[in-house]
Amino acid sequence: MTTRIDTRFAELKKQGRAAFVTYVMAGDPDLTTSLDIVKALPKAGADVVELGIPFTDPMADGPSIQAAGLRALKAGMTLKKTLELVRDFRKEDNITPLVLMGYYNPIYIYGVDKFLADAKTSGVDGLIIVDLPPEEDEELCLPALKAGLNFIRLATPTTDDKRLPAVLANTSGFVYYVSIAGITGAAAADANAVGEAVARIKRHTRLPICVGFGIRTPEAARAIAEKADGSVVGTALVDALKNSLDADGRATAKTVNAVAELTAALARGVKGAQQAAE
Amino acid sequence: MNIAKPNSYRSGPDERGHFGIFGGRFVAETLMPLILDLEKAYTAAKADPAFQAEMNGYLKNYVGRPSPLYFAERLTDHLGGAKIYLKREELNHTGSHKVNNVLGQIMLARRMGKKRIIAETGAGQHGVATATLCARFGLECIVYMGAVDVERQQPNVIRMEMLGATVMPVQSGTRTLKDAMNEALRDWVTNVHNTFYCIGTVAGPHPYPMLVRDFQSIIGNETKTQMQEVEGRLPDSLVACIGGGSNAMGLFHPFLDDPSVEIFGVEAAGHGLTQLHAASIAGGRPGVLHGNRTYLLMDADGQIQDAHSISAGLDYPGIGPEHSWLHEVGRVNYLSATDDEALAAFQLLSKLEGIIPALEPAHAIAKVMELAPKRPKDHLMVVNLSGRGDKDVPQVGDILRGKK
Repeated sequence: MTTRIDTRFAELKKQGRAAFVTYVMAGDPDLTTSLDIVKALPKAGADVVELGIPFTDPMADGPSIQAAGLRALKAGMTLKKTLELVRDFRKEDNITPLVLMGYYNPIYIYGVDKFLADAKTSGVDGLIIVDLPPEEDEELCLPALKAGLNFIRLATPTTDDKRLPAVLANTSGFVYYVSIAGITGAAAADANAVGEAVARIKRHTRLPICVGFGIRTPEAARAIAEKADGSVVGTALVDALKNSLDADGRATAKTVNAVAELTAALARGVKGAQQAAE
Repeated sequence: MNIAKPNSYRSGPDERGHFGIFGGRFVAETLMPLILDLEKAYTAAKADPAFQAEMNGYLKNYVGRPSPLYFAERLTDHLGGAKIYLKREELNHTGSHKVNNVLGQIMLARRMGKKRIIAETGAGQHGVATATLCARFGLECIVYMGAVDVERQQPNVIRMEMLGATVMPVQSGTRTLKDAMNEALRDWVTNVHNTFYCIGTVAGPHPYPMLVRDFQSIIGNETKTQMQEVEGRLPDSLVACIGGGSNAMGLFHPFLDDPSVEIFGVEAAGHGLTQLHAASIAGGRPGVLHGNRTYLLMDADGQIQDAHSISAGLDYPGIGPEHSWLHEVGRVNYLSATDDEALAAFQLLSKLEGIIPALEPAHAIAKVMELAPKRPKDHLMVVNLSGRGDKDVPQVGDILRGKK
């Protein structure tokens, strides 16, 4: 099984550069604007698109992404519409890997088998489900792998060498290293500590390792890209989106560009790491 | 769905924390190693006689156990049926059953070398108990409390602050207990290295539902002994209110394998089951939140819905996973009482017995008012009076004056 994720990381390896992974919330601030944003991300330099599934109770997320999810829900977003958004995105982009990221309950309620079938036909490549550790692999991870989707696991500073093999066992696509013990949008990670952690995980797996949580600027994205196979930026993009909204939280003419411009700047940072690494 | 009856209702959870399909460990990877450590520490503590001996010392001399099993003579006469006994958990130090569990968890935290304790609280009873034991053992204490609850349970906020705890009002989501739990989990993820999360109810990821139940089972164990002393036999029925369900589980668990004992859990029906309420079993279905699979209030998309109850302690859109299982296997009957029924029961117990109950157990009393008259006079009914009403006096006073 080769997904768009596998293909993209193989290409990037050939080019000798790290991936730039972007995160935005599906349906934030509304479905139409959100689709335009997702379409704009690869054009602005995103190598992998992560799309958040809105949830009322996002326990691992900071205030920015919590608010983004609530904006999307208020505008009527659902998991079904999230899959429709992916299908519409795929009409004009059949190459960029797309990963859904969120919490288990909306998927559990949608129905695991139906969700996996619909996700696959919509053009989803992988899943990151925050509240499904390896201890709960039978819920979704194993069925997802069977359905031909990557299941991307989070490894964290608390995942020690003894536990890593269990965390990596059913992981595919890439490993998402959470650079800090904390929630999204929290304090920045120290690039040297991240480098050591990536090296440690590399001793256990040949999968690419992308690093996220706490990366906000092109400089930080670049510093991480020099130590890992990819930099993930989410909260900073969500904040850029929010700052472009009107007083009632609605999209303005500036919204799509605000996200695209920051994406482009961050992408230049990540691509700058290529020269630094050479 | 056809569910096979188990040989024992008391053998759960399995080694992965499941009660039937309920329970589990649905948490972020950052927390997983901590949860496994906690399970190990708890298993070791349980096997250590010194741990139990130390606990027993504090339970007796600090908490004031055993709590009395009191024959509520005037309530019994008034209702004209079953003989009603109150398990007086409201007489515990700190004013509710919450202290039983907090003592156990704080002793575990000490064994694990954790110096910083966090907790979530709804009515503030768990927060007060946690703040109290942190004061007693010199530990840092941070309590997350929904901003709505901070407003309606001011006396407990003041108590926590006097005890040296930091109360963090939670402004996210519905600003009640579920959001306090989200915020506590976010704190825990951020401060895993030095922090112990003292969960207040029989919910959350395994091993919490099990260990909170074990620490609360002293309620049922004492009741069994006390009823034997007074009446020479088992009670015929048990009644307790349920938010997450720790006071109920504590009373019920020791009796689950006594088939003659009828068991009733009472959820909060708020304005009524067709309107805003907090009755997860009556009005919800199985889903995954806060580390476990259990009955939850949610919409068709799996988004968690706002709960409503007059009682901050029951204002939660979920219920402990073992309760969900006991519902599905049919061992416990889950009923519900509305805000108005609870208010009426609150006043009745105050006037008949001179005991002002918390609004939470007032829900249990409300169902006793329905169940007791239908039972014969030799029927022994035990209701868990899980907390005292001091914290609710300002709120209920406002409501009653407003109604006049």
